[in-house]
Amino acid sequence: MAKTTITVDGRAHEVAATPDTPLLYVLREELSLNGPKFGCGLAQCGTCTVLVDGRAVRSCVTPVSAVKGAVRTLDGLAAGGKPHPVQAAFIAEEAAQCGYCANGWIMSSIAMLEKNPKATDAQIREQLSGLKCRCGTHMAILRAVRRAAAQMA
Amino acid sequence: MKMNRRKFLKSSGSLVVGVSASGAIQSLIAGDALAQGVSFPDPSPERLDTWVSVARDGQVTAFFGKVDMGLGLETAIAQIVAEELDMPVDRVSIVAGDTLLTANQGGASASSGIRAGAIPLRNAAAEARRVLALAGAERLGVAANAVGTANGEVFVLADPSKRIGYGQILDGKPLGTNVKWNKEMGTPLNVTGEAKPKSVADYKVVGQPVARRDIPAKMLGTTDYLTNVRLPGMLHARILRPPVGAAVPVSFDAASIASIAGARVVHKKDLLAVVAEREWDAVRAARMLKVEWTNPEMNWPGTEGVYDHIRSAPAVASNGESAFAGKRVYDETPTYKALAGAARVLTADYECPFQSHARIAPSVGVADVKPGSAVIYADTQKPHFVRLGIAKLLELPADKVRVMWKPGAGSYGRSDADEAPFEAAVLSRELGRPVRVQWTRNEGTAWDPKAPAAVISMKAGLNDKGGIDGWYMRSKGFSGWDVKFTADSPEQTLVGMQLGYKKWDMHNFDVPTETYQFANTVRFWQTVAPLQEKASPMRCAHLRAPQEVQTRFAQECFIDEVAMATGRDPLALRLAACKEPREIDVLKAVTEKAGWNAADTRPRTAKGDVVTGRGLALYNGYGSYAALVVEVEVNRRTGHVWARKVTVAQDSGLVINPASIKAVIEGNVVQGLSRAMCEEVTFDQKTVTSVDWNTYPILDMKDAPEQVDMVVLNRTDKASGGAGEPTLVSITAAVANAIHNATGVRMRRYPFTAARVRAALSA
Repeated sequence: MAKTTITVDGRAHEVAATPDTPLLYVLREELSLNGPKFGCGLAQCGTCTVLVDGRAVRSCVTPVSAVKGAVRTLDGLAAGGKPHPVQAAFIAEEAAQCGYCANGWIMSSIAMLEKNPKATDAQIREQLSGLKCRCGTHMAILRAVRRAAAQMA
Repeated sequence: MKMNRRKFLKSSGSLVVGVSASGAIQSLIAGDALAQGVSFPDPSPERLDTWVSVARDGQVTAFFGKVDMGLGLETAIAQIVAEELDMPVDRVSIVAGDTLLTANQGGASASSGIRAGAIPLRNAAAEARRVLALAGAERLGVAANAVGTANGEVFVLADPSKRIGYGQILDGKPLGTNVKWNKEMGTPLNVTGEAKPKSVADYKVVGQPVARRDIPAKMLGTTDYLTNVRLPGMLHARILRPPVGAAVPVSFDAASIASIAGARVVHKKDLLAVVAEREWDAVRAARMLKVEWTNPEMNWPGTEGVYDHIRSAPAVASNGESAFAGKRVYDETPTYKALAGAARVLTADYECPFQSHARIAPSVGVADVKPGSAVIYADTQKPHFVRLGIAKLLELPADKVRVMWKPGAGSYGRSDADEAPFEAAVLSRELGRPVRVQWTRNEGTAWDPKAPAAVISMKAGLNDKGGIDGWYMRSKGFSGWDVKFTADSPEQTLVGMQLGYKKWDMHNFDVPTETYQFANTVRFWQTVAPLQEKASPMRCAHLRAPQEVQTRFAQECFIDEVAMATGRDPLALRLAACKEPREIDVLKAVTEKAGWNAADTRPRTAKGDVVTGRGLALYNGYGSYAALVVEVEVNRRTGHVWARKVTVAQDSGLVINPASIKAVIEGNVVQGLSRAMCEEVTFDQKTVTSVDWNTYPILDMKDAPEQVDMVVLNRTDKASGGAGEPTLVSITAAVANAIHNATGVRMRRYPFTAARVRAALSA
């Protein structure tokens, strides 16, 4: 079987999965990553979000064979043990209850702030629309993203 | 072989665990090779070491028999233990929810983590301090009353330079003494020692805004979630669900999945599952397997027909019968008399939908069943009860089963969390290998136990002065106890019923606690028969603030309706009808903070597309008191309602962690708004049609409030109350009251979706 190669967090991996396998299953099962998580398998909640060439992508519906760019995951964000500014902001604001969805909010916020570090409150709400947090930590997430924006700008 | 808790702790290299050692014990626990027939006895509540242990390096571990569903409970418990032990809080670790390592404290239930769960920990920690101080005095060569404790050390009062650390005192040995156990299991379990816990005035750690210890790992992606459990040789499984609620599998075509290497079918009575070596293969096999199902006749009333169905269906139980052993607990005669003699009777029916936990991730379970024993990994709220249920299902003694709790997707009662672990246990036993069952989004919404739909009927008899001479409340709905709040027996799960266990025959709804004191009051409930008797997607169970969201929606709207009908300020009417000072305090605090204006409580007359209004509501329960003022914007053209600003005043007694309680209240507000605005399980004649986030929407980020203000009353003279539910309960009513204030339209059915509000506005 033709092997697929993907670059994840700066390292190239040859993976054994069939080409139709969603990226999420490859990241979790073959690469044993824990950041992106299964939530719906339907691209409706965002818990599986990764960045591909800086764009937020729902890995649960993206076939591994369609992944051409560099993949960044939550697992690879902290540089030298130092959390990414968005992670640091989410920690400072304690923006989670169960924390299961945090991956989606953090990765999507990074994609947004790398493009638009001066995102307004309305833009933040608009761009993070569609991600799901079931515990209802929306207010803390908004504070965290605003804090991250202030630090990254 | 008997693998008791003590051997586990010893084999980790020391009796104890710490910040670094805690990682060690966790990996030991997770990586334990399961020998056949190994025993997992219960830790004895009577041993002080069951609750607290001290490592050589002085690190303390407290063993908590409940679990934290993400509300900061572990941090709060660590604060309480550190306080009693005179320790820095960061030197106290918490082990939670593992049935081998923790006593059965009942799991996460009824916002009881602090108000009940902390009590034995507090008492045990105080007793441990006493024992350590005694032993320390002996080691220091002074009398018992000549020492004090601070910073994890015992010191000589007259010469504090003479001191010895707790770790040195015990030197790896157990505390070795007993505490008095009240012989209860579950939430009421308590132990007491000779030591008396500190008085609140002496608190240094409790009451401080300590950072939540679970947060950094959650953001860094290093939390030990259940979904990350990967056992060697583990198979992946999916369960096949029927296209029609009551259908069961007749046969399947194995050839339809023959192209997937290693994929297999397990068909046992009404359980049909596929397993594969790789997860994606299990997903594909579940999609490809051709199944013949029975085709039972289905006649569910559907989403729009359900309220007429409830009104006309015979009551099968009430709080006079069945659930309370036939003891009638209410008498409606005086109320009927008062209503018959009233100058005016107000009546209103309130309609409450089925709602789903719809956890952010659907159920997961991993089971490793060997002949004679089993280890189960679950994110259930009640691991100790799941252990009993799975032991019964596997026909093993309870001490042959260990349930290891792991953090997971948020859960808000008896969710689907308890299901996949049972299914994994059955499949692992059948296949002789570890099995991981992952539910789909469809299952997590459509097959999750539901909050029951209900019609709440309210009547008030008014005299000619507008006074209230009679008050009637009837909650009639589906039983909230279709499935028990603890999965302590197989019939409390789908797979249990699929394998032939007979459905639990208990019935319960709810009536509110007595908030308003009116003459001739009656509050009672009735339940109707379930839509489907067995293994039903429409079965009901506890969902956060079980049945209280429904009953408080009716009560808190109706008191506003009475205020409107009698020309009174809804705040003034509530203040006059409450007798509990703590209710009055939160009402006053919230209305002061929100700038309540008695002259602005009639429906406003503003024109234009977007109009604003505000509403009030009150709640008491779980030892807490909460009052809310919600300000809404209603778009009269689209019907869209936005809760722009929410103000909360809450009294949960003594506050353990002021930062955490604020976060908990905020989460209650947003999830409560979600249930008020968005959430309704839809279904047709034969199946549930809420199957994902498009068909079961929750509150989107765009609709998060602009502002949540709060006043937390720290009542240091009162025991801590539960905070996990109170703020959420009455918010639906506060929104309805605000919509009425904005538009003059009374919404008596939630959720207040744009379509429903638009229809009401044009009616």
